[in-house]
Amino acid sequence: MATVGIIDYGMGNLHSIAKALRYVASDEQIEVSFDPDALARMDRLVLPGVGAIGHCMDELHRLELDAMLGEVLGQKPLMGVCLGIEALMAHSEESGGVDCLGAFPGNTVKFAEPDAQPDGTRRKIPHMGWNQVRQERHHPLWKDIAPDSWFYFVHSYHVVPDEARHIAGTTQYGVQFASVILRENTFAVQFHPEKSQSAGLQLLANFLEWNGQAY
Amino acid sequence: MSLAKRIIPCLDIDKGRVVKGVKFLEIQDAGDPVEIARRYDQQGADELVFLDITASNEDRGTLMEVVEKVAGEVFIPLTVGGGVRSLPDVRRLLSAGADKVSINTAAISNPEFVAEAAYRYGSQCIVVALDVKNAARKDEEPRYEIFTHGGRKSTGIEAIGWAQKLVELGAGEVLLTSMDRDGTKSGFDIKLTRAVSDAVAVPVIASGGVGDLDDLYNGLVDGRADAVLAASIFHFGTYTIQQAKNYLADRGVVVRDATIR
Repeated sequence: MATVGIIDYGMGNLHSIAKALRYVASDEQIEVSFDPDALARMDRLVLPGVGAIGHCMDELHRLELDAMLGEVLGQKPLMGVCLGIEALMAHSEESGGVDCLGAFPGNTVKFAEPDAQPDGTRRKIPHMGWNQVRQERHHPLWKDIAPDSWFYFVHSYHVVPDEARHIAGTTQYGVQFASVILRENTFAVQFHPEKSQSAGLQLLANFLEWNGQAY
Repeated sequence: MSLAKRIIPCLDIDKGRVVKGVKFLEIQDAGDPVEIARRYDQQGADELVFLDITASNEDRGTLMEVVEKVAGEVFIPLTVGGGVRSLPDVRRLLSAGADKVSINTAAISNPEFVAEAAYRYGSQCIVVALDVKNAARKDEEPRYEIFTHGGRKSTGIEAIGWAQKLVELGAGEVLLTSMDRDGTKSGFDIKLTRAVSDAVAVPVIASGGVGDLDDLYNGLVDGRADAVLAASIFHFGTYTIQQAKNYLADRGVVVRDATIR
C-alpha cells in the first residue's frame, strides 16, 4: 500500500489536511508523523503548516526534519501547503530574515501595505478568502481543474521564485504573485487545498496519483 | 481576478440541532446540522459558522460530534464558537476539525486570552465575535458599545476602539453582530459595519439583520464588509446561496462561482 506522510512539526492544525487526503485517497495510507526516519520511508510527503517562518524553521531543525527533507527532496513527490511553500524557498524576509530549505531559489516577502483604493476601501492583510489561480503551465497536477478555479487563501507573505519556470500558478492580490510553484517532483501551494472544496480535493487527488513527472 | 466577497451561512446549534430564534425568543428548529452543512456546501457557501448556543456544559459534546462529522465531508473553512474561554477549548475545537475558533465573551472579560490563543494557534484561526449596540439616544450621533449576554448586558466599552485593540492582540478576523438588527430582517447596521471595516486591517464579517439579498449587497458594498453572515434567509429556504451569489454577481460584486462539477 502506498504511504503518504504528513509532516507534523507542531505548526498548526493538521487535522484538516489529513481528513481531506483520507477523503480522496483510494488505497493510500495517510500518516501524520514527526519521526524523520518514518517519514523518509513514505512514498510521498506533505509539508503543511501555519504560523511564522522563524518558529517553523526552528522546529524543523529541532526535530531533525530539515536534514531529512534535505535528503529526500527530489527523491519522491512532495507537496508544500501554506507555510510549507515558504519553508521550501531559499530565504524569507519574515521573522527578521530566515534561511529556509532552499528547494526553490528565491525569497518570501510581505504584501506591500496597500495604497488607498480609488473608492476609499482598503485592501486587507492577511489576504484571506477565495481567490483564483491562473494555471501558468500544462501539468498533470492541474488535471480536471478548470482554468482560474477558486482556492481558499490565508497569508500575509508570498513567495517570489527567482526562476519564472518554477511558477505553475499565479494569483492577483494587489500584485500578481506565485501561488503554485513546481520544480521536478516538488510542488507547493500558497492556498489550502484541503479547504478549497471540489477544486482543492481534485488537486489533492492529483497529487496522490502524480508520478512526479511533467507531461 | 480578485479576492471574492464571502457568503457565510450561520448555524446556531442547540443540543445537536440547528435552531433559529428572533432576538433570542421563539427558537425554531431548522434541522440536522450535518445535513444542512452539506446542502450549503453544495450550494456554494464559502465558509460555515457554527455557534453553540447550548446553555449547559454536558451538551457541548454534541457540538464536537457535529463538527467532526461535518469536517469529514465538507471541505470549506469551518468556524466554531460559543463558550470558548480557554486554550484547551480552542485546542478541542481545532482537533474536532474547526479551522477557526470564534471567541466572544472571553475576548471582553479577558482580552489577553485572544493574544495567547493567537500566539499559540496563529492569528488565522482566531476570530473575535463582537456583539454591538448603539447606546446613543435617537437624536445623537451613534455611540457603539460592546454588549454581552445576547445583547442584554452593556459593558460600556466603545466598540470600534475595542475591535482595533483585539486585532492588535492577534485576532485574525472580526465577526461583527449588530444586536439592534439581529433577527429583525431590516438589514445590517451599515454605519457600524463600515466604521469597523475601515478601522481594522483584518477582514470583517457583517452579521445581524439580513432580510433579503439587497441587504447582503449593502453590507458588502456600503458597509465594506469582507464577508456576510446570514441564517434565517437560508435556513428557511427563502433564498439559496447560489441565488445570493447570482444577485451579487449581477451587481458587480466578485463572488466565487462554485458550480459543482
